[in-house]
Amino acid sequence: MNTEQARKERLDRGIKVRTDGIYSLMSWRELSYLTLPRMVLIVGMLILPFVMPSLYWHRVISIVCIYALLALSFDFLAHYVGLVSLGGAFFVGTGGYLAAILNSSFGFSPIFTIPFATVFGAAICTVLLIPCLPLRGVYFAIVTLMYPLVLARVIEALDILGGTDGIMGLDSFPNRWVEQYFMILMVLLFVFGIRRLVNQDIGLVFRGIMDNDQAVRASGINIIYYKAVAVFIAAAMGCLGGACLVHIYMWAGISQFALDFSIIPIAATVIGGAGTLVGPLLGCLILVPLSELLRDFGTLRIVFYSLILVAFIMFRSEGIMVFGQRKYHQFERWVKV
Amino acid sequence: MSNEHILSVREVTKAFGGIIAVNRVSFDVNKGDILGIIGPNGSGKTTLINCITGFVKMTSGEALFKGKDITGKAVHKIADLGLTRTFQIMRPYYSLPAYKNLVIPLFSPRAKRTGGWRGGGKLGDRDTVGIDILEEIGFERDSYVPYKIASTLPTGYLKRLELARCLALKPELILCDEVFSGLSMSEIASMLPLIERLQMDGITLVMIEHRLRELFRVANRVMVMNFGEKLVEGTPDEVMADERVKVAYFGSEEVEEVMTYA
Repeated sequence: MNTEQARKERLDRGIKVRTDGIYSLMSWRELSYLTLPRMVLIVGMLILPFVMPSLYWHRVISIVCIYALLALSFDFLAHYVGLVSLGGAFFVGTGGYLAAILNSSFGFSPIFTIPFATVFGAAICTVLLIPCLPLRGVYFAIVTLMYPLVLARVIEALDILGGTDGIMGLDSFPNRWVEQYFMILMVLLFVFGIRRLVNQDIGLVFRGIMDNDQAVRASGINIIYYKAVAVFIAAAMGCLGGACLVHIYMWAGISQFALDFSIIPIAATVIGGAGTLVGPLLGCLILVPLSELLRDFGTLRIVFYSLILVAFIMFRSEGIMVFGQRKYHQFERWVKV
Repeated sequence: MSNEHILSVREVTKAFGGIIAVNRVSFDVNKGDILGIIGPNGSGKTTLINCITGFVKMTSGEALFKGKDITGKAVHKIADLGLTRTFQIMRPYYSLPAYKNLVIPLFSPRAKRTGGWRGGGKLGDRDTVGIDILEEIGFERDSYVPYKIASTLPTGYLKRLELARCLALKPELILCDEVFSGLSMSEIASMLPLIERLQMDGITLVMIEHRLRELFRVANRVMVMNFGEKLVEGTPDEVMADERVKVAYFGSEEVEEVMTYA
């Protein structure tokens, strides 16, 4: 390493240490150090459908993406806004049924139903959740857990929206490659979008609300409004997942309100690394295919699945992403220690 | 100094169930003044501030800020008018660096409105403005202190950060809840000029304090509270000469100390 290069690197490091996150870099090595992990994720996600081209695994990848959107929404709400949400099922159900109604009753194509269900589904979810936003603590979790149960029972009891049979015969995506890449691009878009959002000024307001909502109120900011904005963003992710789900299965039913959509994203977030936003995606990439692979064990599947989860929580409770990040930074610039 | 009352509090009462924390307290604050509120522990000073700023709903009475009724208004609306407060137990955003703590108040509607692009408006860079405010309040710009995560900062800086968070809103009145408590003598000594400068900048202050000697150096008027009631109000000398205050603080060395000092 010549003197000039060494000097540049020293400067880079000095700037990095002082500014904690905001810096411009001068050497290619530093740049690749930062971009490489992102590129691995993006390229890895994009070539995934080619690596596993079978119809079966394509379906699994789509489900992974839907769970990833839900896990991302949970991670964002829980670790950047301070609202613990069990509303995955609520969001998926609302988005899914909205897309299904638009498609079956009004004949709109998925190109229209998916964005519409995302935005209006999120608006419906937000409006229904606004009453519990002024409360702190566990109430938000309870209310988000109750809504899907209520809605599922209402649909069942009143026999509306297809009742227990659900709404059948929906349009699917044009072909499975479109479906794959739409889902993957949406996940990547939201992962990087949310990562950017939480570091913007409005993201800092969200994090302020999580740290200490009284001080945010004392700063003249209406916290209920900002909580509602955050819930809208999170609900949009869930509704998008739900809308895609009904078009993938070509069917919307009560099982879209199943508790799986609330619980598995949380498990994925714990495994992947809470508060990292990429972690939940990794968690889903591990958990969902794992549960598919374990199908060979028949009824013992759940036993193995639970054991693996417990092992993860006991031995790597910080999550893969946090662990990985730490290790990666220990080997900064690939210098052997 | 004009005689305009920036804050008028009329017969404020707060009862928590059967316990009356604040009982029919009335006082006025002149624009540009520093009013000290003192009193033994549990005499209702903090509750009074909580009532005025809307954190707690007052049972009866009213508060006027610049002639406008702010009784029962939402906390963020009162802050939006320019009446801010600090917290006795510091409430920084612990996971954020010190200067990022100020981005949040700078994001508020009031800061956007009053500060223009320098204060955090649309084109403003809130990070830079935040560091400017921190420098004003005593964070050394060139050191790493403004960039440190708030949870790692010592108490002295956290108290300053509390004040800085108020200043980011360009307030007209700050209610300070024990800014000197928990600070060393030298830290307080360095805070005093800061308080004086805020007064020179035209900001009115109401300070709850237990450090009487330091308070009396800056305060124009002092109000004494005991058992939720207002005991006396006057200049520091008048208050300390009052018999009732001596009784309220009976046995408290600090009063005797201040008395001999004054």
